[in-house]
Amino acid sequence: MKSKFQPNEHGYYGQFGGAFIPELLYPNVKELEDNYLDIINSEEFQSAYKSLLKDYVGRPSPLYLAPRLSEKYKAHIYLKREDLNHTGAHKVNNTIGQILIAKKLGKTKIIAETGAGQHGVATATVCALMNLDCTIFMGEIDIKRQAPNVARMKMLGAKVVAATSGSKTLKDATNEAIRYWIQHPETYYLIGSVVGPHPYPDMVARLQAVISEEMKLQLKEQTGSENPDTIIACVGGGSNAAGAFYHYLDDEAVELIAVEAAGLGVNSGQSAATSQLGEVGVIHGSKTILMQNEYGQIVEPYSISAGLDYPGVGPLHAYLHETKRAQFLNATDEEAMLAALELTKLEGIIPALESAHALAVLPKLNLRPDQVVVVNLSGRGDKDLEAYINYLDKD
Amino acid sequence: MNSIQQIFQNKKSKVLSIFFTAGFPKLEDTKTIIKELHQAKVDFVEVGLPYSDPLADGPTIQHSSQIALQNGMNLDLVFEQLKEIKDSHNMPLVLMGYLNQLLTYGEDKFCQACVDCGIDTVILPDLPMIEYENHYQKLFESYGISNVFLITPHTSEERIRKIDSYTTAFIYVVASAAITGAKGEISTAQIAYFERIKAMKLQSNLVVGFGISDQSTFQTVCSYAQGAIIGSAFIKQLEKNGVQGVQPFVKSILA
Repeated sequence: MKSKFQPNEHGYYGQFGGAFIPELLYPNVKELEDNYLDIINSEEFQSAYKSLLKDYVGRPSPLYLAPRLSEKYKAHIYLKREDLNHTGAHKVNNTIGQILIAKKLGKTKIIAETGAGQHGVATATVCALMNLDCTIFMGEIDIKRQAPNVARMKMLGAKVVAATSGSKTLKDATNEAIRYWIQHPETYYLIGSVVGPHPYPDMVARLQAVISEEMKLQLKEQTGSENPDTIIACVGGGSNAAGAFYHYLDDEAVELIAVEAAGLGVNSGQSAATSQLGEVGVIHGSKTILMQNEYGQIVEPYSISAGLDYPGVGPLHAYLHETKRAQFLNATDEEAMLAALELTKLEGIIPALESAHALAVLPKLNLRPDQVVVVNLSGRGDKDLEAYINYLDKD
Repeated sequence: MNSIQQIFQNKKSKVLSIFFTAGFPKLEDTKTIIKELHQAKVDFVEVGLPYSDPLADGPTIQHSSQIALQNGMNLDLVFEQLKEIKDSHNMPLVLMGYLNQLLTYGEDKFCQACVDCGIDTVILPDLPMIEYENHYQKLFESYGISNVFLITPHTSEERIRKIDSYTTAFIYVVASAAITGAKGEISTAQIAYFERIKAMKLQSNLVVGFGISDQSTFQTVCSYAQGAIIGSAFIKQLEKNGVQGVQPFVKSILA
């Protein structure tokens, strides 16, 4: 039986999804739509993908039972260590997969957008690996706040283009990437999250599904059951959450918690908590929930975390929210900071600010002593060191 | 009959359409610009609904949208301004915006507002054909609104023929695989593309847009299509000369 959380043939999850693109992009998107499933399902792809994930990325990523965190929150808390992947985040699972797809389609030039820079680094990395030309679009503000990742991208041979419109963050980097793509239809647009026109949300979710696939095996080995009680993941566009949830979507006994960035507070006017503040609309080629005003103008999001600073969520997440399959919570900048510092002190792991949002809801949950919780630790915090130092210096 | 079709019935070639962004350069300029364009004998006008995140617009039009939004332009105000001058001209107006604006404003409310302003044609570049077939065709027809589809050098013949069968105003022939913006010349590859489309002998009227900036490019593309739309070049002159520059600009194209 087909999962109700798979998109239909036109890329819709319920009312969300689709491909709302100008005619100029139709041939590119159609070419991908017509080929992505055949490529992904081919033996040739699976063999190359799995081999690179194992030997280049370092998968499987560990599932770590965090003892002191578990003790503090009185539950069995596991961390899925995507931060230990090559390039420091889950993003590389997707870029490895898409670069193989791009090569199969005969593309030689790659473009991508990035917020925190993790996807930009992961894209620049696989482009270096495959000797492909790489251009990364990044908001001007994000370029400043994620300087180490910008340096990495350049070192890897990528050209970094500043998006100077709008809020000068991820949303605008995405606009610029799409506009460049329109003008250069020969390029392959390597989208970094479960957003964008169909088939990107489905394709990226499938490539990130390796997270929940491994989680099942590892939990079975460590707990005797492949199902946890709860999975927690942060959501900007939502790729790490899609990957962590993927193989559990139809198993309603597993509680799924998506954590958005509340910024300075959900109702502060400085937030990125899309599910709380958003309405149905179209952004970057798909119908989803997005933050907008009464005239459909997209509202600038805010979060201290560049990777969560996005006014929409992917269409799968909009559907999970609408059907209540996943519970959508949020964490403020301050709560995320405290959670990051707590993990660092208790477990010796410095998380990315994005992942810190997922950790930040632990104190808000009414956990049982026997409850098995997996937090998807989507990335490591090296890139956010300046933000952490600034925060600590305030005290 | 759609108001744009009427234009083409009376004028078989060199139909000139001008695009501008509502609320640019100043909030109240919309009405003046339309009156000036009417007096300058432009055949029809494309009114751009400023949008925060336009995907298909080049830097010039995007910038004009940002200014218009900063000026306080919004859909209520656009419709109010267009309604006020509805009876002062007989020039068809086409609205160009993005689907999210229509969705959020309310589909029926948007369509009714168009009707109240005498507008019977819209261009929504990110409206997919599948959505049009499944939903919007019926909705638009119930309000007597025509949807304009875009074709590009990469659009397949099969798809162009389908678009032709749906078209009741005109087909927007995107001159090159690029976002909007004046280029200054028409290449041989573009000519080959126009000839290919012309040879298809479509039932719809063809209007070329994107990269048409002056008399020369206008005349060139009109050899292959019934008309052309000038956008970015007009916006640039508006920025430079304000509404005083409208008539001289149009004269420079039609001279």
